[in-house]
Amino acid sequence: MSLPTYVQGAWFGGALLFIFGLKGMSSPASARKGIVVAGYGMLLAIAATFLIPGLKNLALMLAALAVGGAAAWISGKKVKMTDMPQMVAIYNGMGGGAAAAIAAIEFARGDAHSTVTTLLAVVGALIGAVSFTGSCVAWAKLQGVLKKAHRLPAQNAVNVVLAAISIGLGAAMVALAPAQPELILGFFVIALVLGLIVTLPIGGADMPVVISLFNAFTGLAVGFEGYVLGNPALIIAGIVVGAAGTLLTQLMAKAMNRPLSNILFTPMVAAGGGEAISGTMKEVGAIDAAAMMRYASKVVIVPGYGMAVAHAQHKVWEMTEILEEAGVEVKFAIHPVAGRMPGHMNVLLAEAGVPYDKIFDLEEINGEFGQADVALVIGANDVVNPSARTDKSSPIYGMPILNADLAQNVIVIKRGKGTGYSGVENALFYTDNCRMLYGDAQPMAGEIIQHLKSMA
Amino acid sequence: MDGLLALYIFMLAAFTGYEIIAKVPVILHTPLMSGSNFIHGVVVVGAMIALGSAETPLEQAIGFFAVALGAANAAGGYVVTERMLAMFKKKEG
Repeated sequence: MSLPTYVQGAWFGGALLFIFGLKGMSSPASARKGIVVAGYGMLLAIAATFLIPGLKNLALMLAALAVGGAAAWISGKKVKMTDMPQMVAIYNGMGGGAAAAIAAIEFARGDAHSTVTTLLAVVGALIGAVSFTGSCVAWAKLQGVLKKAHRLPAQNAVNVVLAAISIGLGAAMVALAPAQPELILGFFVIALVLGLIVTLPIGGADMPVVISLFNAFTGLAVGFEGYVLGNPALIIAGIVVGAAGTLLTQLMAKAMNRPLSNILFTPMVAAGGGEAISGTMKEVGAIDAAAMMRYASKVVIVPGYGMAVAHAQHKVWEMTEILEEAGVEVKFAIHPVAGRMPGHMNVLLAEAGVPYDKIFDLEEINGEFGQADVALVIGANDVVNPSARTDKSSPIYGMPILNADLAQNVIVIKRGKGTGYSGVENALFYTDNCRMLYGDAQPMAGEIIQHLKSMA
Repeated sequence: MDGLLALYIFMLAAFTGYEIIAKVPVILHTPLMSGSNFIHGVVVVGAMIALGSAETPLEQAIGFFAVALGAANAAGGYVVTERMLAMFKKKEG
């Protein structure tokens, strides 16, 4: 298929804008501009596609664009910031599904292709289909539709067998091209089931890494189908995302101290591990907590997912502003996996209006806990558990944590006495300098604000 | 397309993606994942090409499905990324 130069040129321009856009997104100051630039690239690429001579099914195409585009646009506008990770998952799954569907059309048409082209079409279809159903499961889990991790007996063996069957069917499609409809159908069914079965046993805590992995998968699938269609813009965009996504997945897995192979093949060790902890948890009231912070010179706030679920970030920022007016230095310490994805907590704090120059990474802030008078832990648990540093038998041993326990005083706002996501007891809560403030983060922050105002 | 030429594109694109992400601060990981998710939404262009040459009702049906999914990937990816990035600002004044 030879295409007019203006169509090719516009696709080239689109690919260029994607790379500039992604580059822009790599710094907070230019990030907003970056997504807009990439957006123009997308519009350019889509508009040029309409100019392909002899394009059929135009009405159907416009209808599909309108239906898919509008549904996603509206749901994307409405989604709450806390629900962002599952939204990214579902959009990503749709991209994977689209890549698999492109391959399906190519197979259904049964045109003679070179072996390399058929091979890439099959590989792209396989990872696209896995990304599609896998992302749907990831969405369902984070959305709370699917509550429990479903683990089959001999899960790993089932995974391996299913993967082997799908690869075998794929190889048959390359060898027997053009393949029979039954073979094509069987291949897609097995590939879709594989995505489901692989993702179902993975726990919610590991899901961000999995979403990132599927994001990279979809990128690769798009790149391969781009080759099949002879479209360099698709190849470039797909492979750039595939490479970037793979690196991002590794960074996330490292931040959680969970090698990717563990996430995919072994469940998190259940509660019960680790040394028994002696001592008791000591309670404190909101008024004492307020006084401790009001007369401190430095306070470090450690927000966790519990704060986000309680929608307390606005109250927490209000509290911070009052403390700063009173001359207290306040900083926010963010664990790499606070929230549900790396950087998710930063987004949630930014939504509440916290400027990003008050927010610090683990490496930047960990040395400062020693000089802090108060560390205020809000709805975070595992990421401040000192057992990760000291107790070799603990399931979370070796995970990088925020050293909140080194502050003069620690105040923990927490709903109850339960354990965190990992199910491990937190040694921090039993230390002498730690006080527990039981309650929902939002009303508790409100109470502290009231007391702070009366102290002014 | 020339197979070897495509291989060059694969290689250069992979390096580009790796280099861009390698220097990104952690605070941007979520928006960036979402942003790269938007960029592979360009699959909608491929879906349009496939639908544009579809002939049988089956091909048309799969093509419709592909374009709708691709469009959702692109539109949804853009909206959520833009919303997240719009919130990154320094303290005014």
